[in-house]
Amino acid sequence: MGAATGQTASLAAPRKAGRLNRFDNPWLNIKLVVGVMMVGSIILMGIFGPMLRDIDLAYVGRSPLNLPPVGFENMRGEGGDPLHPLGTDNSGRDMLSLIIVGAPNSLLVGFVAAGFGMLGGIILGFSSGFLGGTADDIIRLSADITITIPSLLVLIVIQSLIPVQSLLVMAVLLSLFAWPQPTRLIRAQVMSMRESGYVKMAQLSGVPTSSIMFREMMPNLLPYLAASFIGNTTGSILAAVGLEILGLGPQRLPTLGRTIQNAIDNSGILRDMWWWWGLPTIILIVIFIGLLLINLGLDEVANPRLRKATRQ
Amino acid sequence: MGGLTLNYIIRRVVIFLLTVWVSITIIFLVARLAPGDPISAMVAQASASMGVVENQDAIIEGWKEYFGLNDPIPVQYVKFLGNLLTFNFGPSLIAFPAQVNELIARALPWSIGLGLVTLPLIFFIGNLFGALLAWRRTPGPLKAFIPMTMIFTSLPSVLAGLVFIFVFAFRMKLFPISGPFGRGMQPSFTIEFISSLIHHGILPVASLVIVSFGFWTLGMRGMMVTTEGEDYMTLADAKGLPPFYVLYRYQVRNAILPQVTALAIALRTLVAGQILVEAIFSYRGIGTLIYTSIRNQDYNTIQGTSFVVILFTAVSVLVIDLIYPLIDPRISLEGN
Repeated sequence: MGAATGQTASLAAPRKAGRLNRFDNPWLNIKLVVGVMMVGSIILMGIFGPMLRDIDLAYVGRSPLNLPPVGFENMRGEGGDPLHPLGTDNSGRDMLSLIIVGAPNSLLVGFVAAGFGMLGGIILGFSSGFLGGTADDIIRLSADITITIPSLLVLIVIQSLIPVQSLLVMAVLLSLFAWPQPTRLIRAQVMSMRESGYVKMAQLSGVPTSSIMFREMMPNLLPYLAASFIGNTTGSILAAVGLEILGLGPQRLPTLGRTIQNAIDNSGILRDMWWWWGLPTIILIVIFIGLLLINLGLDEVANPRLRKATRQ
Repeated sequence: MGGLTLNYIIRRVVIFLLTVWVSITIIFLVARLAPGDPISAMVAQASASMGVVENQDAIIEGWKEYFGLNDPIPVQYVKFLGNLLTFNFGPSLIAFPAQVNELIARALPWSIGLGLVTLPLIFFIGNLFGALLAWRRTPGPLKAFIPMTMIFTSLPSVLAGLVFIFVFAFRMKLFPISGPFGRGMQPSFTIEFISSLIHHGILPVASLVIVSFGFWTLGMRGMMVTTEGEDYMTLADAKGLPPFYVLYRYQVRNAILPQVTALAIALRTLVAGQILVEAIFSYRGIGTLIYTSIRNQDYNTIQGTSFVVILFTAVSVLVIDLIYPLIDPRISLEGN
């Protein structure tokens, strides 16, 4: 299907260009745009936040304890302090700085893990689809096995004995479970595209295999790959937050999951300190909904049939 | 055509066996690659929490003997394989004389119970909403309302759980904050106990359901759109069959089958989600067991519990994979 849409689009585009409305561009999908804006705002916060705010306040003991956000009161009746507009936690970490450092950290773990997964998927998927035979069998079997194992449990076993102190190591561990999905996807698409006219044509014209893969096939795969990348990002952030809430993962780096875990551990809920666990939760919700919208948007870009269905 | 072919069964069973073997091997390798040995760490932990432990060296030697750590690595590996496959995970450290498999046996029914309530709910709500979303005769307001409920899809269930605990348990005091039933109660078949059980279960179940059903809604809508254009649908309409009958007997019944395979794919996420939700609600299941054993670095329990959950997931996936061709003979078996 991807091959077909790609083909018709590239054939039809030059002829119809004059009549095409700017908004007919499938990439200007409303879900996609809103999703990119939500995730983009977190990235921008990560880039510009540290210039505007002292992020050292995100570490223990730099601020007064248990302050509520401005305009609210904590259980002892203290009001907020404009120096700490989003309040502080019970060991003197400033929530605003914590979010400015933590949110991009959490997002980064997801992107890096999904990136490594995608890289593995591209290599394995193309090898599987092109080589066939034993290589294909082994790759498919490994993907099937990896998909069956619940990653969280394996990560719990690993991290409870081998403490991970860097976000990069965490991301690499998560990526061990992020490759099967893109691998399967690319393999299936490569298998079906291999038989299609334009690939046969390119082969007959003596185009080298590598350029058939990357210049003829890859562009058709892009929306699928992007959707799979975003799906893996969501999954990896989900796993990272889960591990952090269970008390695993880097202990000293501020992340959203770690902050929530601190709050749970120190009964932040029962002390009515909603900003402590609530603010990181809200940021995570923004990240997850943003990624979901991007994914739904990409889905509509890749499957024109869904676009029609929503308009009915 | 269709049905169970021998090749398909063999492939699925091989995948299952390899999954279990790979998991055990990972668990074994992690324990051997870890800095320091788990037993010294366990004794260090014990001495940190209980003060001085006498005869540390003798205890460490005894435990090493018990776990066969003085054998060569290949022998250890074979013993380890045998131990896990016979559910012999050794003693728990936090609940010392108790064996890990006793702790698991106590926790497992709670987790399975929670899962058995959650899963059908997710499947039912998700498919119902998906069908309504694609049906031409669904009232407009309902069609506008359903996508709004899906905003929770793909959120982590733990976060939903935290919000629910805060809003419905802590602030509004409608539901209890934690535990599977009221304090001081004994499990029994009295109305009082069962109502307490349900009362305690609503929030954990709700936090799992609300984040998961959208996955099925989307899948169901996609399948419904595909069946919409089929000739038999046109024929059914032309025959003048009642619309609801057409929806249920012609459209939903054809669209729902592929949704069963989605169960196998979603199981991993559901299991992980349930572990975390149990942990924050202090439900009596596997999740809470894992959480407390991580807190106390009770490595034996972490290992045993994780293995049981992995095994449980692999068995469920195998069962779904084997049942699916029986209920939907249309699928081609050689593909994925």
